[in-house]
Amino acid sequence: MRILVIEDDLEAQRYLVQGLKESGHVVDEAADGETGLNLALSRPYDVAIVDRMLPVLDGLRVVAEMREHSNATPVLFLSALSEVDDRVKGLKAGGDDYLTKPYAFVELLARIDALMRRRMPAGVRTRLDVGDLELDLLTRAAKRSGTDIELQPREFRLLEYLMRHAGQVVTRTMLLESVWEYHFDPQTNVIDVHISRLRAKIDKGFEAPLLHTVRGAGYMIRAH
Amino acid sequence: MRTKPSLLQTQAFRIVLVYVLLFAFSVSALLFFTYWNTRRTLDAQTDQIIEAEITGLTEEYRHFGLPGLVETVRSRSTHQGQALYLLDDVLHHYVAGNLEFWPQISTEPGDMVEFDFGRPVNGKLESRRARGRVLTISGDFQLLVAEDVHDRYLTERMFTTTLPWTVVLILILGAAGGALLGRNMLRRLDAINRTSGEIIAGDLSRRVPLTGSGDEFDVLSENLNRMLDRIERLMKGLREVTDSVAHDLRTPLNRLRNRLEESAARLSAQGALKNELAAGEIERAIAETDQLIGTFNALLLIAETDAGTTRAAMSALVLGEVAADVVELYEPLAEERKVGLSLMPGPPVVIEGNRSLIAQALANLVDNAIKYTPMGGTVRIRAVTTSDGVELSVADSGPGIPEADRPRVIERFVRLEASRNSPGTGLGLSLVAAVAHFHNAELLLEDNVPAGLKAVLRFPRTALRSPAGVQLRSAAE
Repeated sequence: MRILVIEDDLEAQRYLVQGLKESGHVVDEAADGETGLNLALSRPYDVAIVDRMLPVLDGLRVVAEMREHSNATPVLFLSALSEVDDRVKGLKAGGDDYLTKPYAFVELLARIDALMRRRMPAGVRTRLDVGDLELDLLTRAAKRSGTDIELQPREFRLLEYLMRHAGQVVTRTMLLESVWEYHFDPQTNVIDVHISRLRAKIDKGFEAPLLHTVRGAGYMIRAH
Repeated sequence: MRTKPSLLQTQAFRIVLVYVLLFAFSVSALLFFTYWNTRRTLDAQTDQIIEAEITGLTEEYRHFGLPGLVETVRSRSTHQGQALYLLDDVLHHYVAGNLEFWPQISTEPGDMVEFDFGRPVNGKLESRRARGRVLTISGDFQLLVAEDVHDRYLTERMFTTTLPWTVVLILILGAAGGALLGRNMLRRLDAINRTSGEIIAGDLSRRVPLTGSGDEFDVLSENLNRMLDRIERLMKGLREVTDSVAHDLRTPLNRLRNRLEESAARLSAQGALKNELAAGEIERAIAETDQLIGTFNALLLIAETDAGTTRAAMSALVLGEVAADVVELYEPLAEERKVGLSLMPGPPVVIEGNRSLIAQALANLVDNAIKYTPMGGTVRIRAVTTSDGVELSVADSGPGIPEADRPRVIERFVRLEASRNSPGTGLGLSLVAAVAHFHNAELLLEDNVPAGLKAVLRFPRTALRSPAGVQLRSAAE
């Protein structure tokens, strides 16, 4: 995947570029808004990572200009500003996701994976499958190996999100933001308890577990 | 913001009313004194004339006896004038004088008396007022000497009938003037109040309109506006400071975390057994860094929320729904800890607020309640409308907080001895208090009945919204 990194803190930029390259991505970098915008408009990228505060051209302006030129590349904002209403500003300017510095690299990686996945033409899906686990989005029924699984509405949404991102790492923060629509970290890690409850429903009694914990990162649902 | 006062409550109207009452009283007193004094003077003059007449007639009687007196009375009676005479015998038989009948007065001689008498004018008998004195002549006759004071009487009548009406008129005109003045003042104050309300609601760019007349209200408005300019500048400054503090601390923290992650990755890539220990150390360092970041973020959020510098969006929200979401989030955790977590049913309570901040505050309260409630205990959330506002409460059956410690636990970083070893930043309740502050609400820590702690967020009545315009989730789904 081709990724554009626009970041003026060179130390952070080096780290980001190196990490992304190690994860198998092709990366271009820019240290100011104008260079970054020119790159974004001249080459096709799968994702752009844009710092919120940039010299020459502010991060918000870069993304606004991109959108004005009908450039639909998914954008992840990185921001060191205080959070409360800055997130809203970033998303309004045309950003697709927002991450506050300092961030964990796995969190960033999981989010750009999700952004790239979102970009793929998925069509309207009415059914999700992972191994022998099926989720019918119309009847809102879940089955594993033909056995019905009773799910609470929120458990259904949790499983749906995990299955839409099957094979990808999904972080706790991503789950809180997408399934619960909360943009704060609860003091106690309540997500873990929800996951273990869901795991008991879909994996208990089956030989091959589907819902995996990725240490230090989050969770992943996959067949093998 | 307080509600607009009614006209009768305005200071202007009250001042004018008091003034008018005082004025009416003074006018009445003044008029009454003038009347009383005038009458006294006029009566004294009349009495002097009568006394002179009486002296004259007594002299006449002494010198010429009864016939002389009768003669004089008769001759004086023919003069057209104010003087009135009547000489009667003891049985009130007319002897002489220009009055025909003895009036309805006490026949006792002595003081001046007033009486009515009839006098023909253009063929008709007209009732007139007179003032005079009776004197007894040698025991067999009575002489009444009087003056016609009808003109004075008419003036006096006019005076006594118009005085009450004058007072009534003063009161009516005064009240009308007061109302006019009060309304005008109210209108000017209303403009100031409206602007203050909008500013309290978060729009710091509003200014009080000036009329350009340069009156005291304009001076007040100008001063208020200057004060608002200053506040806005301070708020903007504070925002810039928090922003740059955030930026300047997060950037190095970001580098620190990056480097730690990088080192950990490099070590684990080498895979040597002796590196395992170092990798573990680094991972702990990362965890510490994350704790530091968490505390920093919480402090920043508290500072921003407390100062109201955030422009967090306000909307009408159903407290029960916000609470239901939080309950749903914490329900598995509560179950794991064997604590009964429930939302008490009740009619929907709608307030104006920021959903995310209220959810976070409630999550902190529920988190605390579950943490400190022993197995088998309960945590109950309730949203109710009370006489003085809206209460969102989280009541647990845990050990509670001693009354003396309650104000302290809301302060930043304060953790009680009993909980020093359980995880937490000590900022949870401070954030709840800041969120409360942001909503003009109060955070109260009370005793729960029969045991435990009850944390209450008390929103003012002004935060209350009608549920009519809000689509309830149960209806939407």
